Amino acid sequence: MDTFALLGHGLAGALQPINLLYALIGVTLGTAVGVLPGIGPALTVALLLPVTYQFDPTASLIMFAGIYYGGMYGGSTTSILLNTPGESASIVTALEGNKMARSGRGGPALATAAIGSFVAGLIATIGLAFLSPLMVKFALSLGPADYFALMVLAFVTVSAAFGDSALRGLTALALGLTLGLVGIDLQTGQARLTFGIPDLLDGIEVTTLAVALFAVGEALKVAAQPMSVDKVEPVRGSVWMSRQDWARSWKPWLRGTFIGFPIGAMPAGGAEIGTFLSYTTEKALTKYPEQFGHGAIEGVAGPEAANNASAAGTLTPLLTLGLPTSATAAIMLAAFQQFGLQPGPLLFANNATLVWSLIASLLVANLMLLVLNLPLIGLWVKLLSIPKPWLYAGILTFATLGTIGANPSPFELGMLLAFGLLGYGLRRYHYPIAPVVVGLILGPLAEQQLRRALAISQGDPSVLVHSPVAIILYIIAAVAILFPLYLRMRGKDKILSQLGGDED
Amino acid sequence: MSGTSERGGPDVAALVIAGLLGVLAAVIFWKTSQMPAAGQQTRVGPTTAPYVIAGFLALLAVGHVVAAFRHGLPPREADRAGPMLWIIGGLVLQMLLLKPVGFSIATGLLFACCARGFGRGPLWMTVPLGIVLSIGIYLIFGGLLNLSLPAGPLERLIF
Repeated sequence: MDTFALLGHGLAGALQPINLLYALIGVTLGTAVGVLPGIGPALTVALLLPVTYQFDPTASLIMFAGIYYGGMYGGSTTSILLNTPGESASIVTALEGNKMARSGRGGPALATAAIGSFVAGLIATIGLAFLSPLMVKFALSLGPADYFALMVLAFVTVSAAFGDSALRGLTALALGLTLGLVGIDLQTGQARLTFGIPDLLDGIEVTTLAVALFAVGEALKVAAQPMSVDKVEPVRGSVWMSRQDWARSWKPWLRGTFIGFPIGAMPAGGAEIGTFLSYTTEKALTKYPEQFGHGAIEGVAGPEAANNASAAGTLTPLLTLGLPTSATAAIMLAAFQQFGLQPGPLLFANNATLVWSLIASLLVANLMLLVLNLPLIGLWVKLLSIPKPWLYAGILTFATLGTIGANPSPFELGMLLAFGLLGYGLRRYHYPIAPVVVGLILGPLAEQQLRRALAISQGDPSVLVHSPVAIILYIIAAVAILFPLYLRMRGKDKILSQLGGDED
Repeated sequence: MSGTSERGGPDVAALVIAGLLGVLAAVIFWKTSQMPAAGQQTRVGPTTAPYVIAGFLALLAVGHVVAAFRHGLPPREADRAGPMLWIIGGLVLQMLLLKPVGFSIATGLLFACCARGFGRGPLWMTVPLGIVLSIGIYLIFGGLLNLSLPAGPLERLIF
């Protein structure tokens, strides 16, 4: 009952007009950036960080969460109508969704995606509300060594476990960790890797890195490709689903939710894994296997639900442990830090109102998104017809605006360019981007826990494996890195090659 | 990702990346060894993490050398340099001009260069368009939301 009371309190907070307004701004922006190719929720939150510096923390965080949820909704629209996923978690949706749109069933595909997202978002948010107090209790029992183990696990799963190459994932992570070293060491005040440049003493801004990798790197990569004209499938006929569509959708929605939420909630990986698992599950269970690959509605309903459920799941380790497991969550962590808040068990004690308002606002945001995405779908589709030159010129304009707003110096813009080139390089050679961002923000935190643990033990490294929790976490981390390796060696990486084998 | 091996010989790109990682590891190692040891009682000080990460990078460099000789990196597309140079040029222009001529003109130029990179011109049209857009952004974000954006002659003329 306690959770209900807290959630009720939170709801009262979330329903305050100012918070409602920010939630609405958040979900609208989030849907827009989810729809637009080349710009996603992580980038948008990063861009808005400097702007919201003087805002109320609760309202700002509600807005950011709205952007995150909205991005998940909007991404499906792009996948279905354009076959170019707006964000990575919607890759799987494109498999069946775009086929449906081509055969004139774009309406029901969008509808099952939106309603599935709603159902999943609702269940998963309630799951988040009930799981969080338990996680907080668990988190309070953890010592620095356990936290360090937890972060090692997050590093492994974000970078190595689910990408298509452990080598490239770990390399991306190492780059992030390296960038995290730059700046003044908090415990001794010594400058590390600053090369005598005063601008580097404060370390590398997460926002600058994220904006550069996502916006500049992406713009360079897209510009370098030969111009292709993307064909937007018009939404013909009704957006409403037939009785049969409903009958075929509701089970995948629920299954997707129950696949997506735990995967997001584990200190493991992003939303993509859940979507793929859901897709394979639906493919195995469907009564219409012949339709898979030609526009099966289950293949849209399940992954879209999984996608949104894992977005809510991702917030669980972020809020209760301070552990970001996706690029967007990493930027959200930066947002908390900007307001002087450190997510983790103490946040629930010291800022209970804020946390529960935030969680409750997710329920509100979800409802807003359903309204925004079903009747107003035509409006969002229009966004897809913005010509690429204007779109990317606009993205870069806003990207530099965010950087200049945070720190109006040419040096910061120089870093933006340098990291942008890095982002291009990572894309060109198929290195994942998220581990770099997660490494930058989580690396220093992991170091802090490590040094704390070793300070307590007076330098004895065996303290790291003293507690059973830490040992279990290391074992999971080892499995997470070795099991995919084993699958790959057995040539069972079809899952991943299928993801890469995007026809068109 | 299989079947990407190229016709004989190691993957040069993977070797180059291995080299870069190795250099990065060496730089971290060198810079960290130069740090003054400020009375560390414990064995774990500010230099521990850099050494660990340098070692990690060196290991990854070795991994890339192995990968270069085995199946290499995934195939990459033939990227065109021209459009990229327009965008990079736009960013450099903005960086250099931000302080002297202010936010709006510098960002307007970036906008135009970027549009040009994506094949949209002509510059005599896109430059003014970008500047007008940037003035709008300046008014909204600098005026209403109190973001401190560098002002130049144009901004001073308006305010």
